[in-house]
Amino acid sequence: MLEAIQSALSFLPDGLVTLLIILLKIFALLLPLLGAVAYLTLAERKVIGYIQVRIGPNRVGPRGLLQPIADAVKLMFKETILPTNANLFLFILGPILTIGPAMAAWAVVPFDDGMVIADIDAALLYILAMTSLGVYGVIIAGWASNSKYAFLGALRSAAQIVSYEIAMGFALVGVLLAAGSLNLGEIVTAQQGSVIQWFMWPLLPLFLIYFIAGLAETNRAPFDVAEGESEIVAGFHVEYSAMAFSVFFLAEYANIILISLLTAAMFMGGWLSPFEGILPESMLTGGGLGLLLGSGIHWLLLKTAFFMFLFLWIRATYPRYRYDQIMRLGWKVFIPITIVWLMVVAAMVVGNVGPWFD
Amino acid sequence: MEQTIFYIFSTILVLSAAAVITVRNPVFAALFLVLAFFTSAAIWILLEAEFLALTLVLVYVGAVMVLFLFVVMMLDINLTVLREGFTRYLPVGLLVAIIMVAQLAYIVGPERFGLDKYPAPTPRDADYSNTREIGLVLYTEYLLAFELAAVILVVAIIAAIALTLRKRVKTPLMKPEEQVVVKSKDRVRLLKMATEKQDD
Repeated sequence: MLEAIQSALSFLPDGLVTLLIILLKIFALLLPLLGAVAYLTLAERKVIGYIQVRIGPNRVGPRGLLQPIADAVKLMFKETILPTNANLFLFILGPILTIGPAMAAWAVVPFDDGMVIADIDAALLYILAMTSLGVYGVIIAGWASNSKYAFLGALRSAAQIVSYEIAMGFALVGVLLAAGSLNLGEIVTAQQGSVIQWFMWPLLPLFLIYFIAGLAETNRAPFDVAEGESEIVAGFHVEYSAMAFSVFFLAEYANIILISLLTAAMFMGGWLSPFEGILPESMLTGGGLGLLLGSGIHWLLLKTAFFMFLFLWIRATYPRYRYDQIMRLGWKVFIPITIVWLMVVAAMVVGNVGPWFD
Repeated sequence: MEQTIFYIFSTILVLSAAAVITVRNPVFAALFLVLAFFTSAAIWILLEAEFLALTLVLVYVGAVMVLFLFVVMMLDINLTVLREGFTRYLPVGLLVAIIMVAQLAYIVGPERFGLDKYPAPTPRDADYSNTREIGLVLYTEYLLAFELAAVILVVAIIAAIALTLRKRVKTPLMKPEEQVVVKSKDRVRLLKMATEKQDD
């Protein structure tokens, strides 16, 4: 399809065609992403509703399916309130700095073999760098609001994100040790073979720590002290309204989907089919059933959906952690475990321990 | 094209570096420093040093500057006091600045770092892994220096912890493992008492 577009645009200069195609790819990624974000909010309300034996939103459209659209329209037409004593420039910069890195990180995420905007070598580092930038939006928003609640929320969130980034980084070091590459596509293809080959088995502690640190990084329950409705109202975005407010939530949900997708890609084989090595090769290739059972983007989306559901399930199940417990878990439990397991993984790689590293 | 991008980024870098020391608000100064780091990372990417660039963003922008900003925001700085004495310190500041610029110009001048000494790097293929190359030399040729740096950092960590570690007597130490296993009978004592007679 790309070649067809490329040839249709051949009357334009070469550089412009490349630019247009990159822009097209970005649109093809961001539009479904924003749609997924919108419907993740509905899924969250529905899932938590059913877990609490309620129905959840069911008024707008059939079975409440148009609820996100109604929400979006409402948020767009609300008034954006700018606090009088707030630093206006930073107040507006805050949401922008939150959504920017959250979207930029998607540039290196592969969806299928070669289906990626920027197939760069240091993809894992790039993702770490981009997600670590998201904290600026939170701090700036909290400080510029000129409100004590917002500032407290910003401080909590910043300390939490910085702490869990270390455990997250170490978990990623384990993945790159196992795969021998920083490129996400190569990490997925390194898990080829069968379900046993998936990195979740040799890297089980890192897998769990990565996902839990992801919960903390996105400020989700049970680590949502940055919002802490019962203590500091809503934390860093208490002064924001209308679209500025929803931009924070767009970024948060985009990050949730990103963490879920990365967990699926790095530890559960990404787009690889779980039937590899179980069913005969002939059933996994070719048309019809082969398309469904064979490797493909649908497996990646399915695995991502599972982790997204875990986010919601955990939110509906666990009470909020106390702040000192969050810090203790991050620094005194996760970081030592990851360091020890890194040595184990290194030993397994050097010793060619099967069935993963032989 | 590459040159245009370089000049755009270096203009932003120089302007933001100048803004770091000229803006009145310390929070803005810290944010301009963030911008300076970020643009220098972009310039390093132009040099095909993507590992260093991403590490700069990850370590300095993502961690160090966050904590820096944290402290600056917590401080209750009186801006007028901060501005006082600018003219008084100006001669000393200028002297230091001139000496530093002279030293830099002497060391980084064209006779040592000219294009004849270090020719512009040839562009590599797309699959060239900068990260792998750095890892290869870091863990073979420069292993001793690398390990020494690690030891120095560990010493610094231990020193920082030792400096700030004080036993606070007044705050009760909470042990989560004890809190988790606590039963109601450890905390609550139920007493049987005779009902008191109410006065009519």
